[in-house]
Amino acid sequence: MKPTVADRAWSRYTSRQRWTRLAITATVVLAVSWSLSTIDIIWPWVWDAPAQIGDLFSRMVPPDFSSLDKIVWALIETLNIATIATFIAVVVSLPIAYIAAQNTTPNRATLWLGRFILVSSRSVNTLIWALLFVAIFGPGVLAGIIAIMFRSLGFLGKLIGEAIEEIDQRPVEALEATGASHAKVVLYAIVPQVIPTFFAVSVLRWDINLRESTVLGLVGAGGIGVILQGAINTLDWRTVATVLIAIIVLVIAGEAIAAWLRKKAI
Amino acid sequence: MLRITHLIKRYGNGEPVLKDLNLEVPDESLVSIIGASGAGKSTLLRCINRLVEPTSGSIELNGQELTTLKRDELRKSRRRIGMIFQGFNLVDRLTVMENVQCGRLGYIPYWRAALRRYPAEDIERAFHLMERVGIAKYANKRADELSGGERQRVGVVRALMQNPEILLADEPTASLDPVSSRQIMELLQNLADELKLPVLINIHNVAEAKEFTRRIVGMRFGRLIFDGKPSDLDDDAMDAVYSGTPSDEREDTGAAFTRAVTQ
Repeated sequence: MKPTVADRAWSRYTSRQRWTRLAITATVVLAVSWSLSTIDIIWPWVWDAPAQIGDLFSRMVPPDFSSLDKIVWALIETLNIATIATFIAVVVSLPIAYIAAQNTTPNRATLWLGRFILVSSRSVNTLIWALLFVAIFGPGVLAGIIAIMFRSLGFLGKLIGEAIEEIDQRPVEALEATGASHAKVVLYAIVPQVIPTFFAVSVLRWDINLRESTVLGLVGAGGIGVILQGAINTLDWRTVATVLIAIIVLVIAGEAIAAWLRKKAI
Repeated sequence: MLRITHLIKRYGNGEPVLKDLNLEVPDESLVSIIGASGAGKSTLLRCINRLVEPTSGSIELNGQELTTLKRDELRKSRRRIGMIFQGFNLVDRLTVMENVQCGRLGYIPYWRAALRRYPAEDIERAFHLMERVGIAKYANKRADELSGGERQRVGVVRALMQNPEILLADEPTASLDPVSSRQIMELLQNLADELKLPVLINIHNVAEAKEFTRRIVGMRFGRLIFDGKPSDLDDDAMDAVYSGTPSDEREDTGAAFTRAVTQ
């Protein structure tokens, strides 16, 4: 006997699944509308925004290039903060990645130590690290370098640690079977597998650090941000415009170099 | 000479994977180990170099007990045990020469390994062996540029670089096409003769086992149930080794085992 149409009735979801989905959608809508209702927007200021943009723009044009040499030096300082901090962070993050990866960490205590370092580094924003180190070392480039380095540690350590966890274990087994010591197994079976990620992640972090070091000056930690902050405070909008252009040029150049390096490394 | 007596391996608290296993392999012999998946063939080989820790029993290689060795002694003993793997287990991003020299890692100091300053006699030996198996022209190529058969030759040379006293081959031909597969089996056969080594080969391909080895050992659920010449491996013996399913065995170990043997 052929099955009837009623026997073959098919639907993608059971009625229980349908109700669950409806409930989830309703919850999301409620949550979004509630959070919108809590923020206090002054609507006249929003409607006024286009006029304000036009006004600001008119004050910025033409950009003032008279202090260009100072700006260029600040750019170089910014570049150096990013580069030095990335370099130190890469070196320091390697042992942290090693103990934070489940397959290489010596024991559970070191695993948790590694994870603790990574989480504490990552959960604090660069600017907050910078505030902290400006308080400790005083304003200047040193505080900026250390702030960027601390924030980079978590990023680099986590991604390199994950690369270590994702390696193919079979060569490791093969080299252990040859009677090689643990240090040599790391050198021959783990390091070669992690190197591509290591370079890619380091270059990416350098690129990010370049952008982050442009704002460090806002809290007094050196770089181009110091000049930007000073110009904004003195309402010198034409210099602000020059600084913004300079930052854009730096970031685009950095991105181009990073892309080129990534292609070379992989 | 390899002598395994009363070997038991149990993972966790489950049914043992190896159940009171006894096996003797004299020098200069090529032994095939056959058996269905899950019979414990890989575990047996890995117990010998202790990539897997045996639960109890004894494994002696040329008079030395392997099961009781401590870390450093174990490392020294592993240098004498070459292993070849189904997936070749090469380091893809290293060159063929570096992969081959991995077999010497247990012998050379760390700085030589790190700087790739291998001793001249090791390089000489590597070229000699690579020429022997036909991969010398690839010395500077990356391992992942080679074909499957060539990669397995690198694996074989890496094992031979150790100057091993025994070779363990875990499904060495299972990932290869039929032609490469036969070439590797011939190579292992010749090496066993030339180097006077005992060679243990886990193998799924019974036809190859019969053709290339003079002794076949059949395993079934952790026990040896066949040990003889290829000509002794008749249909009944094949049935005993391969019939039934693992779940039958686990539900009623004794009965299924008896049934399989008496069929």
